[in-house]
Formats: sequence, C-alpha cells, structure tokens
Amino acid sequence: MNGILEVEDLRVEFRTYRGIVKALNGVSFTVERGEVFGLAGETGSGKSVTGLAIQRLLPGNAAIVGGRIVFDGKDLLSLKEEDMNKIRGKEITAVFQDPHTYLNPVFTVHDQFRDILLMNDREIASLKDKREVKKAVDNKIIQMLAEVQMPAPERVVKMYPHELSGGMKQRMMLAMAFSLKPKLIIADEPTTALDVTIQAQVLELMKSLQRRYGTSVILITHDLGVIAETCRRIAVMYAGRIVEMGGVDSVYNEPLHPYTRGLMRALPRADKDMKVESIGGSVPDLVGLPPGCPFHPRCSRAMEVCRKLNPKTLNIDGRVVECHLYDEEIAKGRVA
Amino acid sequence: MGAALTMRAEKSETGNDVLIKVEGLRKWFPILGGVLQRTVGYVYAVEDATFDIKNAETLALVGESGSGKTTVGLMLAKLEPPTAGKIIYRNRDVSRLSSSETKWYRKRVQMVFQDPYASLNPRMLIKDTIMEVMKVHKVGGRNSYDNAVELMTRVGLSEEHLYRYPHELSGGQRQRAVLARALCVEPEFIILDEPTASLDVSVQAQVLDLLKSLQDEFHYTYLLITHNLAVVRYISDRTVVMYRGMWVESSPTRKLFGGAEHPYTRALLSSVPIPEPRSNVAKQLLKGEPPNPTERVKACPFVDRCPHVMPVCGEKMPPTTWINGSHQVRCWLSVKK
Repeated sequence: MNGILEVEDLRVEFRTYRGIVKALNGVSFTVERGEVFGLAGETGSGKSVTGLAIQRLLPGNAAIVGGRIVFDGKDLLSLKEEDMNKIRGKEITAVFQDPHTYLNPVFTVHDQFRDILLMNDREIASLKDKREVKKAVDNKIIQMLAEVQMPAPERVVKMYPHELSGGMKQRMMLAMAFSLKPKLIIADEPTTALDVTIQAQVLELMKSLQRRYGTSVILITHDLGVIAETCRRIAVMYAGRIVEMGGVDSVYNEPLHPYTRGLMRALPRADKDMKVESIGGSVPDLVGLPPGCPFHPRCSRAMEVCRKLNPKTLNIDGRVVECHLYDEEIAKGRVA
Repeated sequence: MGAALTMRAEKSETGNDVLIKVEGLRKWFPILGGVLQRTVGYVYAVEDATFDIKNAETLALVGESGSGKTTVGLMLAKLEPPTAGKIIYRNRDVSRLSSSETKWYRKRVQMVFQDPYASLNPRMLIKDTIMEVMKVHKVGGRNSYDNAVELMTRVGLSEEHLYRYPHELSGGQRQRAVLARALCVEPEFIILDEPTASLDVSVQAQVLDLLKSLQDEFHYTYLLITHNLAVVRYISDRTVVMYRGMWVESSPTRKLFGGAEHPYTRALLSSVPIPEPRSNVAKQLLKGEPPNPTERVKACPFVDRCPHVMPVCGEKMPPTTWINGSHQVRCWLSVKK
C-alpha cells in the first residue's frame, strides 16, 4: 500500500443528555502520499469528527468505539498519549476554519510561531547556542511568512492576531502548518470564513505549498466547488458513513449514489443557468438512527430493502458506493 | 387574510413601477474614544448606495464582508438612520416619516436575517412569536390563529410546528418559521439578509425555491443581500455589486453573469469555485485585500487591487457610465471607451 493514512471501519460515539449520538458508523478510506483528499458532507455528516478522531482530539464526551487508524505504519489508536503528542503537530498538523479560536489573542505572531518551532522543529532543537537558536527561529519565521506571500512579514511578526485580516490569519496558519514539514495536513473548512476573492488566493497558495512539500492533505469542506478545484479524490459522507468515494472526475460527472446525485443537482451554479432540485426532508437525527440505509427517508429511489438492511460497501469501477441500487444480489431478488 | 392577499396581488400587477428608490445612501459609524467618549473617527461603512427596486422583482445586493451591504439593508428596514442620502418608498421619504407612518412602513417592509436561531426568541413557541407580531401590527384580529396556520402551510410547515420551540426545529424549518413571521403582517417588501447562508446545500435549495414560489404567487418584492453568487444567479432579477461601501456595477443579473464590465465584478465571478472538475475557467486572482473602512474613499476604492489600474483611478472618483439602458458601471475603463 502506498497510503500515508489508512482508516478502517472507524466508529465514534458521543454521550449526550439525549442519548448516544452515533457520529461515525464505520468509515473507511485511504489517503495516498502527496494527494489532496476531499471529505465532503453536510452538517452532522461526521466529516469534522473524522478529522478530529485521526488526531485523537475528540472532546471528552466522545469515544472511538471501533476501527483502526494507521498512519505511516503506526497504529494511532494504540499509541500512548505521549507518543501521540510526538505525531500531533509534527507529522500531522491541522488548519481549522475559525481563525479567532486557534490563535492566542494575547501573543504576537512571532511568539506563537516561535513556540511551535522551539517545541517541534528538529533542526532548531539541535542547536546549542541560545543566540543561534534565536537567529534560526527568526529566520525561519520570516522565511515561512514570505513563502505564504504574507505582505510585509517583518512587520506582521510583531502584530497581534486581531490586527490581521481573516486572509492573513489563514496564511499564518498555513505557514505554521507547513513549517514543520508534516506528512499529513488536516484542513477543516480552511476557507469557509473567507470572502471568495481571498478564498481563491488561499486555495491557490495551499495547492502550491502542498505540491512543493509533497504533503498529503485531507480537505474537509461542505463546498463541492472547492473540492472540485483542489482535490484528486473525494469521499461524500452522510450520517456518519462514506456513501460514495472515488476520483473527482467520475464522481462529479456521473454520481452513482442518489444522495451525491441530489447534492449535485441541489447546488445553484454561478457559471451557468441551471434548474435546481432540492432534496426533500433533512439530515437524520444521529440518536437512534432508523434501521436500513440512513438516506432512505429522503431517497426518491428507495426500495423496500432500503428500509431494512444497511447497504453493503460496493466497489464499482474503482469507486466505492453504499447503495442497494447497485447491489447485484438485491437486483436478482435473492435478498429482501 | 385571504381577501387582503388578493388585493395586494392585484395592486402590484398593475405596473412594473419603482417601489423603492435609494439615492446616494451613506452611513458613517462614529468611533468613540478617550475618557469623554468623543468621536475620534468614523467607520465609513456605506459611502454611496444608489439603486431602484421595482415592484415584485428581486434585487440582489452583492459584496464581500465589509462592503456595506448589510448596513444598507438595515437602513432600508429603518433600523439604522442614514448619515446622508434618501430612501424613497412609494414616493415617501422614509427618513421623514411620522411615527404613525413609520408603523405603516414597518408593516410593509420586513426583514429576514441570516441566523434563524438568533432571530427567534428561544423561550417562545413559534405560535406566540408569530401572533405577537400580528398583535403589534393589529392584523388578523380574531382570526389571527387561523392566519398563523395558513402562513405555516404557505411556508411549507404545518400547524403542529406552531407548538414547537425554535430548538425543536431543524435549520431549514427555523428559516421557514422566520419567513412566516415576516409574512404575517402582509408585507410587500422583504429584505433577505443572507437567508440561506446558515443552511446546508440540500436544504438551501428548498428555501430558495420557496422564496421563488412565494414571489410568483404573492408578488413580494425582495432585496437579497448575499455574498453567494450562485444564489444571486438563481433567484435575482437584477444585481448591484458593492465594494467598500460603494456600488460599482448594477445590471440585470443575466447580463452581469454574461458580461460584467467592472474588473472587480469580473474577478469576483471568476473566484467562485465551480463544482465541476477541470472547468476551464481561468481564475483571475486578485492581489491584496479590501481597504481599511476607517479611511475615506476619495478615488476608486478598487485602485489597490485592480489589474487594469490607470493613473486617473487613484485621483478621481469614476463617474457613472451607462453601458445600456439597464446596465451601469462606475469605472474609468468604461469611461474611456
């Protein structure tokens, strides 16, 4: 296998006052080296939970109740917390949506960047002399900020987060994420808070950094446009499962799963006039999911079997689909 | 209510007349500073918004954050007084309305905000939220409950939803409830501020279609404030593009998407990610970011980022140029032609 990350049958549950929320119900995928992998889905589909679970950053009321996560040959779920700490922030780094929450408002750009480098950068850690360390840190910060095309990096390092615009904060986040040359970056809605013209700049930047460093990226977003322009492969999530996964070209041009198809038709387009068709109903409640395919109450092609049985994971021409429509055994009438 | 509705419908069908006229609208928010809280500067949120909205059409006000589009909406809803400029509604100057006329105006003009959760009282049943508005505006009277039920069906909900609290509704249902509240006073003009920005794609389409069908049936006039160009293309008739508090281009939506004149509009359109792999749209990346709103705009506000900048752009404000009878642009490039 050429994968940098293999996720297998991942299951996550949240304990809430309403009961157990089954956020992930068996998610499996592989991220290859040097690829940008898109994870798409609507609110509550489990895309962010997947990203957090890989980093073992789930909140206290959540638990991974099944599955395996293998990163670069290491089984992440069996690692001790201190070993995980060595991977998190070094080999796997994260870029989040909301720039306000991940930057500390009372420290300057330089201070926050320096802490990351001192803690994680091997080259800098090998230096003995304090003055040398300082010089190396300062140089690296300026170099990274220049690399993300931050305007006037020498001035920006002295600023506090509130003095930076949203686009600048996201550039700083990318600089920090790439500065440690990680093997995998998990970017959760990295451009959702940005205006479209800035979003286009940041996406372009992320693509070029990714190519230069050969980093693998998991791009989590609800925006199918962003994935089409950035990723090679896409996985579409619904109610804690991947319902369709494959190359971006084939999934967009010929979606198989009724949900993917519905999504593509529900999307108004800025580039052409198109009749939009909405998907009726709304996302199911993850407390006490009904039996059968989680999409069946909204599916226009639902059959009797969809209400009873969970669809199998099918492989069709290199694509993964979870839908009874494509199950030959069901088509032959052997089941149901 | 039924009778009142038909009346409205007939009235608006009589002509394609202008319902609301906005002229040189400006809003400066003072920045207070020091112990005495004196005004030390201004946020020049809106410098010049000028447009007409015709009866029963949808005008989209498009711009990025900080372009002043929401502030324009608040001024039209009479929630913020303008610093300068005029809003003429049915030949009446909105800033000079008496208190009884203001009530008349508020009944005709309703607003729907982006986040339906924040705009519904969490401790009130949807029924009470809607009926309170009817009571304040003295509509419905004894029939107000029946009217509320009718409204719920009109927005695609049912009577049972009247007895729910906001947290018991999904995002899409909440936005429908907010819409029902706006419709309960029989308005003619509805300001929609990012009505679908908090909704998922599959639900967004439902709400957009609902807005469209309501307009077809009851001839509401919409001002759609949004940053989402796909939504603009889908439901609006005309579009005004704003940048840094100023309108820069105004055109029928179809023409704008086919042939935008202003370099900012063109860059904006090409920045939208297209959900089609290898769509051969050449991206026009803009450099830099929008200018600081605490500094006054003296020349073209787009001068720092424009790929076609000329010396005159940094010196003088570009005049309004008519491309044709319905398409206006404010750019020096179009003047030269």
